[in-house]
Amino acid sequence: MAVASSDTAIRTGRVTRTFLYLVLLLFALFYMLPLYVMLVNSVKPLSEITGGGMMSLPQTWTVEPWTKAWNTAQIGVESTGLAPYFWNSIKMVVPAVAISTILGALNGYVLTKWRFKYDTILFGLMLFACFIPFQMVLIPMATVLGKLGLAGTTTGLVLVHVVYGIGFSTLYFRNYYAAFPTELVRAAQIDGAGFFQIFWRILLPSSGPITVVCVIWQFTNIWNDFLFGASFAAGNAQPMTVALNNLVQSSTGVKEYNVHFAGAILAALPTLLVYIVAGRYFVRGLMAGSVKG
Amino acid sequence: MAMADVPRGQTKASAPEKDFRTKLQEWLPKLVLSPSLALVAIFVYGFIAFTIYLSFTDSRILPFVGADGQPTYDLIGFANYEKLFKLSHWEIALTNMAVFAGLYIVVCTAIGLMLAIFLDQKIRGEGMLRPLYLYPMALSFIVTGTAWKWFLDPGIGLENIMISWGWESFTFDWIKNRDYAIYTVVLAAVWQTSGFVMAMFLAGLRGIDNEILKAAQMDGASNWNLYRRIIIPQLRPAFLSAFVILSHLAIKTFDLVIAMTGGGPGRATELPATFMYSYTFGRNQMGIGASSAVIMLMTIAAIMIPYLYAELREKK
Amino acid sequence: MMMKSLKMTVAALALSAGAAQAADVEVLHWWTSGGEAAALNVLKQDLEGQGIGWQDMPVAGGGGTEAMTVLRARVTAGDPPTAVQALGFDILDWGNQGALANLNELAAKEGWDDVVPEALQAFAKVDGKWISAPVNVHSTNWVWANKSVLDANGIAVPTTWDEFTAAVETLKAAGVTPIAHGGQAWQDATVFDAVVMSTGGADFYKAAFVDLDEDALGSDTMKEAFDRMAYIRANVDENFSGRDWNLATAMVINGEAGFQMMGDWAKGEFLNAGKVPGEDFLCFRFPGTGDTVTFNADQFMMFDQGGTVSSEQAALASAILSPSFQIAFNKVKGSVPARTDVDGSDLDACGQQGMKDLAAAASSGKLFGSMAHGHAAPAAVKNAVYDVVTAHFNGEYDSATAVQELVDAVSIAQ
Repeated sequence: MAVASSDTAIRTGRVTRTFLYLVLLLFALFYMLPLYVMLVNSVKPLSEITGGGMMSLPQTWTVEPWTKAWNTAQIGVESTGLAPYFWNSIKMVVPAVAISTILGALNGYVLTKWRFKYDTILFGLMLFACFIPFQMVLIPMATVLGKLGLAGTTTGLVLVHVVYGIGFSTLYFRNYYAAFPTELVRAAQIDGAGFFQIFWRILLPSSGPITVVCVIWQFTNIWNDFLFGASFAAGNAQPMTVALNNLVQSSTGVKEYNVHFAGAILAALPTLLVYIVAGRYFVRGLMAGSVKG
Repeated sequence: MAMADVPRGQTKASAPEKDFRTKLQEWLPKLVLSPSLALVAIFVYGFIAFTIYLSFTDSRILPFVGADGQPTYDLIGFANYEKLFKLSHWEIALTNMAVFAGLYIVVCTAIGLMLAIFLDQKIRGEGMLRPLYLYPMALSFIVTGTAWKWFLDPGIGLENIMISWGWESFTFDWIKNRDYAIYTVVLAAVWQTSGFVMAMFLAGLRGIDNEILKAAQMDGASNWNLYRRIIIPQLRPAFLSAFVILSHLAIKTFDLVIAMTGGGPGRATELPATFMYSYTFGRNQMGIGASSAVIMLMTIAAIMIPYLYAELREKK
Repeated sequence: MMMKSLKMTVAALALSAGAAQAADVEVLHWWTSGGEAAALNVLKQDLEGQGIGWQDMPVAGGGGTEAMTVLRARVTAGDPPTAVQALGFDILDWGNQGALANLNELAAKEGWDDVVPEALQAFAKVDGKWISAPVNVHSTNWVWANKSVLDANGIAVPTTWDEFTAAVETLKAAGVTPIAHGGQAWQDATVFDAVVMSTGGADFYKAAFVDLDEDALGSDTMKEAFDRMAYIRANVDENFSGRDWNLATAMVINGEAGFQMMGDWAKGEFLNAGKVPGEDFLCFRFPGTGDTVTFNADQFMMFDQGGTVSSEQAALASAILSPSFQIAFNKVKGSVPARTDVDGSDLDACGQQGMKDLAAAASSGKLFGSMAHGHAAPAAVKNAVYDVVTAHFNGEYDSATAVQELVDAVSIAQ
């Protein structure tokens, strides 16, 4: 595996560099735009928004939408805010991410280091799972969960996320391990190391970067899922996205856009945090693995 | 299920211990893979079979419950497919999908590659810029859709700002225009994922051996030629990953459309995913919804299988 | 051995789940916005006063589509909630599946048949069995107007289409956007309902939207209705497309626009902005539909729980129809009670007007389900009508094509 390095042999002149910075900054602005709209509207009173000032800075600054979204906004019949749902999401996301990542790592290991017949086809079949539209599987999934007695339980929800996460986690680890020198595995085998020993002692210690990638990817997807959370979670265990949706969507009630935006940012904070904290490892992980053949 | 074989083998362990270990070691890889395969077999391929079967029935509100409400159903052959292709709604959804997916994948890849190459030039502040490019991936579209909707709205968004800044003739009303609305959906989708694609290409670029580049530079190759001849061809695996991820996101695009345009103006931004959802759950025409899902899957398969085949075979 | 123990575990789980349900009611609904949810809380507290727990299962979005999707998953999994908020034909569809409880005993005891309007009973009963508990009646053929804008331009409340067009022209000449509208399919269709009623009258509305008569759907009257839609389209502002209905209401509140055609829930936006009915804003029936009411009604359908109506379920249904809840809820919601015998003096002017109109229309047989809101025809037909109306409103079809498309779309959807 290549060692991480931002060194490049390409040399650029002064004019080109100015141009580069200009383009990069323009794109930074482009990416910031919706966040600006959300932030600026989350700190102004509702009357300013419905009065037409959606793009301007607040005339009166207020943090009330934020406290309201977190603590007192009406989600169901009770005005609990988003706070209790936060933990529901955590309880679902952590096991689902852990299990799908572990399975992905094992699958990747088997598919690259233990070649057997049809391994490529099997991998292809698993990868195709990524492309299933979730709306399609809703009803058969409900049937299966009902039969298993897992309907309306967090366990059931974790199972669903694991199933549809395997495709990608396997893809990441397979591509990563494909670049891992097979000679090391063979050598360990000759030394009498077993299947799990090789995985544990040789592959796992250098799997840090790709694990970061996989965890970020799974965390984002599962945290942001709405459809499965709404359909398969019990009423008192609904995840954050369902609560956010309940906060934001109202057919015939007054829409408090400022609270909506504050809530949206709150709901996204864990994923944002993951991206910002783990972002640098993220590129490193992608570099080390998934994009190397 | 397969796990049950192990303890059984153990009790029968009359053979020398080493033999058993070797055997176990031979079987372990398959055993480890089998739970995942079983899950995929049931939850992916089993459900696909279910959907295909459903598409041949007259199910409406629940699977396998016929039009008369009794818990029976009729197999009606290809009637759902015939109806489906008579619906102008479906035609619009398919056309939009082609436009959307094509543009989305190409534009995301282009922007991602460009930003990655630019960022790779020892840019000061890269650590600041990278998360800025990446963060949209973290947000759920339930609400960013609203932010985009407002920003693109000519009455309150960009057009209004430009006019208030004195550019009186500025118009940007694509989101309200039937012929252009789909491009605003592309714009928002590109916003969400192009940063992620950038990260994948950046990673690829960082993995390229500098010695080759230096050698080529010695030979007098220009930057342009360096990228065209040497660097970009080496990014091939990154292109594969990007293609897989982007096409999967394109096909699943649903929240974005619902939040931004609700499929409108009129039906101008309807996509197969929104079509399927609407017919299956909103209109109680589950049979037609299932048939549209089958067509979607066939389209995906037609595109992905040759591509995966070529890519995976080569690597062997 | 293993299978057996697994089965026992499942059975034990099912038992414990059943035990939890025995003392609780689980309610699936999409009333999550401030006022609605607070009003529903009245119901929850009522039940808790009787020692019955309330398991809340809110799923908002798509005017209930999201909740109906979740419901299907729940029923398929064999785990339906006790009560589910639902609209019109969805209730009948579930009733026809045999999935709902028979509330006749309770209904007889409390005399529901006498107090709930017949047009509404049609959506709460299947084969003579009560299957759901109606909460309210929304009427959808209202027009909301900014009083000071109308006064400033010397406009009296229009009662006919011609008076309405005259008012629109006056507003246009004065530089005010005549009609505030949000270009979403359901909003287009809400206006279309009123326009069809006004153009063709009550019998035509019934023939076209309830009986789905092809001659009525394809008639010249229908073409004229589409022409009137085109007129309305010409008199909304350029940015109407995709706008949420409440932002259109805000335009009327702020005096940027004169009229909005919208159901009675729009009132909440006015009240929330501190406006007073009759003084700051006016509510009146869409011109030419004065003596008719198109409605949609929220109900809670009660799911069958093993053939019997549990005491908790009965208590819930009874609480929903109690006059005190009906008034408390509808005061907030903007709609009127589903029973016509309650004292409405607590409601504001528009609410009292609504109650009076409802009672009159119910007794004269001019109370009709709203097509736009799924109370005239099943979901498939409703959405087929949406497709045509919204395509025409956005200029995809001219009126003649729209009429033809309407006939085709409705016949495919059936």
